[in-house]
Amino acid sequence: MSIFDKFLRIRELGIFSIIIIVVIAASIIDTRFLTIDSWRAVLLAIPLILVMAMGQMMVIICRHVDISIGSILAFAAITIGFVFIHYPETSLWMALLITAFVGLIMGLINGIIVTRFNVHSIIVTLGTLSLYRGLVFIVSGGRQIDRNDIPVHIISFSQTSFFFSIPAILIFSVIIVLISHLIMRHSVLGREIYATGSNPEAAHLKGINVTKITLFCFGVCGMLAGVAGLFYASRFGYVNPGVTGVGIEFIVIAGVIIGGTSITGGSGSVLGTFLGILLLGIINVALPVLNIPGEFQKAIYGLIIVLALSLDQLIIFRMKKLRTGSNA
Amino acid sequence: MLKKISIYLSENPTLRYWIIRPEWVAVILLILSIIASLQLSPFFGDLAFIMDSATPYVEYGLIAIILTLIIISGEIDLSIASMIALTAVIFGTVYNAGFGMPLSVLIGVLSGALCGLFNGILVTKLKIPSIILTIGTLTLYRGIAQALASDFSLGGYPSWFIGIDYRYVGIIPIPVIIFTVFALIVGFLLSSTIYGKQLYLIGTNPQTAKYSGIKVDKIKLLLFTFSGVISGVAGVLTTSRLAVARFNMATGAELEIVLMVMLGGTYIFGGRGNIFGTFVAFWIVVILRSGFNVARIKIESQLTILGAMLIIAIILTNYIYSKSQK
Repeated sequence: MSIFDKFLRIRELGIFSIIIIVVIAASIIDTRFLTIDSWRAVLLAIPLILVMAMGQMMVIICRHVDISIGSILAFAAITIGFVFIHYPETSLWMALLITAFVGLIMGLINGIIVTRFNVHSIIVTLGTLSLYRGLVFIVSGGRQIDRNDIPVHIISFSQTSFFFSIPAILIFSVIIVLISHLIMRHSVLGREIYATGSNPEAAHLKGINVTKITLFCFGVCGMLAGVAGLFYASRFGYVNPGVTGVGIEFIVIAGVIIGGTSITGGSGSVLGTFLGILLLGIINVALPVLNIPGEFQKAIYGLIIVLALSLDQLIIFRMKKLRTGSNA
Repeated sequence: MLKKISIYLSENPTLRYWIIRPEWVAVILLILSIIASLQLSPFFGDLAFIMDSATPYVEYGLIAIILTLIIISGEIDLSIASMIALTAVIFGTVYNAGFGMPLSVLIGVLSGALCGLFNGILVTKLKIPSIILTIGTLTLYRGIAQALASDFSLGGYPSWFIGIDYRYVGIIPIPVIIFTVFALIVGFLLSSTIYGKQLYLIGTNPQTAKYSGIKVDKIKLLLFTFSGVISGVAGVLTTSRLAVARFNMATGAELEIVLMVMLGGTYIFGGRGNIFGTFVAFWIVVILRSGFNVARIKIESQLTILGAMLIIAIILTNYIYSKSQK
C-alpha cells in the first residue's frame, strides 16, 4: 500500500490539508486574512451551519438526505419570534426547548414518511421543504419578526461572552459538536447508525431496529435545525418568512460531504464534518479578502459539492481495487 | 360486491392491468379539480381561459415529459430548474454581447445540452447516484447563473421575440401547441418503439438490460443531455414570456416538475409510468394553480398544498403498484 492510499484512508487529513492550502494562499494574496478579525468572522459565520451539519451528518451516514432543514429552521425561528412578541421575558433555555421541540416534530414527520412508505428521502423532503415553507407563511401571515420583537437577552446570546471573549453561541455549538462526537464514536447508538448506513439489511439481521435508528437520525436533524432557528433569530435579529433559511440546506450538505461523509452511507466523522464546515466558513471570509464578488459564492459551493462527490466516488473505486488486489 | 369485483379482476389479468393503473387517479383528480374550480368561478368552463393560464406552466410541462423518461429509466434529474435559469442567463448575455438572435438561441440551448451532458457523464462514468449529484449541480448551475448575471435583469430583445404566450393559433397559444406536439412525439416513442421498451427494461433491471445488449450508459447519457436541451428550450421560452432573463427565475420549479411526473403515476423506483399520465397531471397543476389564484390563496401558502400533494402522490402510486403486482 502506497503512502497515497494510506492518506486516502484518513479522510480528515485530506480536508485539513485543503484548509491549510486555502489559508496559505489567501494569506499570501492579502495578509489581512491572518488578522484576528477575519478569524473572528470565520468563527462567527459557522455556528448556525455547524449545528445543522451535525444532524445532517447523522442522516447522511444513515443513507438518507434531508433537504427540508432550511424550512424547519425558518418555521422554528418564526414560532419562537411569535413567542417573543407575546412573552418577551421567555428565557433562553425555554426558547431553546421550544425550538428544539418544534424541529423535532418536523424532523420526525420526515422520518415517519421515509420509513413507513419506503420512498427516497430526497423526494420526500423536497415535498416537505415546500410544505413547511408554506406553513411558515401561513403561521406568520407573511409578517416579518423585527429586531425590536426579539428580546435583548436573546440578541446578546450571540454577541456577549462569558469565556475568553468567545461568543456564547459558538461555545454552545461546540458543546453540541462534542455531544455528537460522543454519540457517534462512543455509544452503541452511534455504532448502530454506522451499521445501518453501511448495510441496512445486515443491520436488520443483526437485530438492529433500522426504523428506530432512521427515525432517531431524522429527529435529531430536525431538532438541531430547530435550534439553529433560535441561533438565526439571535444572530441576525430578524426572521423573514421568505428569506430565512432559503438554500441553507445546500451549504450544510456541501459541508458534510466535503467533510468526508460518504453519500452512500456508513462512513463519516464529526471531526471531518467540523473541518468541512470550517473550510466553508474560511472560503466565505476569504472571498471578499480576495476581491471575489459575493455572487460567486453559490457557484463555488456547488462546485465544491460536485468535486467532493466525484472524489468520494474515485476513492471508493480505488479502495475496491485495493481490496480485490490483496485478495487475489 | 367489492369482493366479487376483485375476484373477477384476479381472473382477468388483462382487465386488471387496464383498470388498476395510477393514471386513472390523475384523470379522476383532473375531473375533481375541474368540478371544484367551476364552483369557484364560471370562467373555468371557458377553454380559452384554461389555455391562457396554461402558458406559464408549459416550460415546466416540457421538462416534466423528459423527466418522466429519466425516472422510468431509474434515475432522476433535480437540476432542471437551475438549468432553465442558467440557459436563460447565457442566452441573455450572449444576445446582449451582440450575437444575432438565431445564434443566441442556439448557444442557449447548447449550453443546456452541456449542463445535461455533465450530469450524465458524472452519473454514468463515476456512478454517483443521480439524485444526490443533481442536488449538487442544482447549486452549481444556479450559482454560475448568479455569477454571470449578478442581480441584473438581462433584457433588450426585439419585440417579435417577446411574448410567445400571446401568439395564438385559433384560441390555442403557441406554447401549448409545442407542449402537446412534444408530448405526442415522446409518448409515441416511449409506447410504440423499441427505444421505449428498452427504457422500461433499464428501469426495471439495469443489470439484465446490460446483459441483453442494451447500451445502458449510452442511453442514460443521452437522456440527461436531452433533459439539458429541453431545459435550454424552456429557458428561451421563459425569457420570451417574461422579456427578461434573471438568475433567480424558476426558483423552486423542481417541486412542480417532479409533482407533475409523480401525479402522472410514474413509479419513483423506475420501470413504470407513461407520458399520458404526465400530460394529464400537467393540466391538474394548471387548473389547481389557477384555482388557487382565483380563490386568492397566497402563492406561498400554495406551496404547502403542492408539497403535501407530492408526498401523497408518491404514496398513492406506490400503493397502487403494490396492489396491481399481486
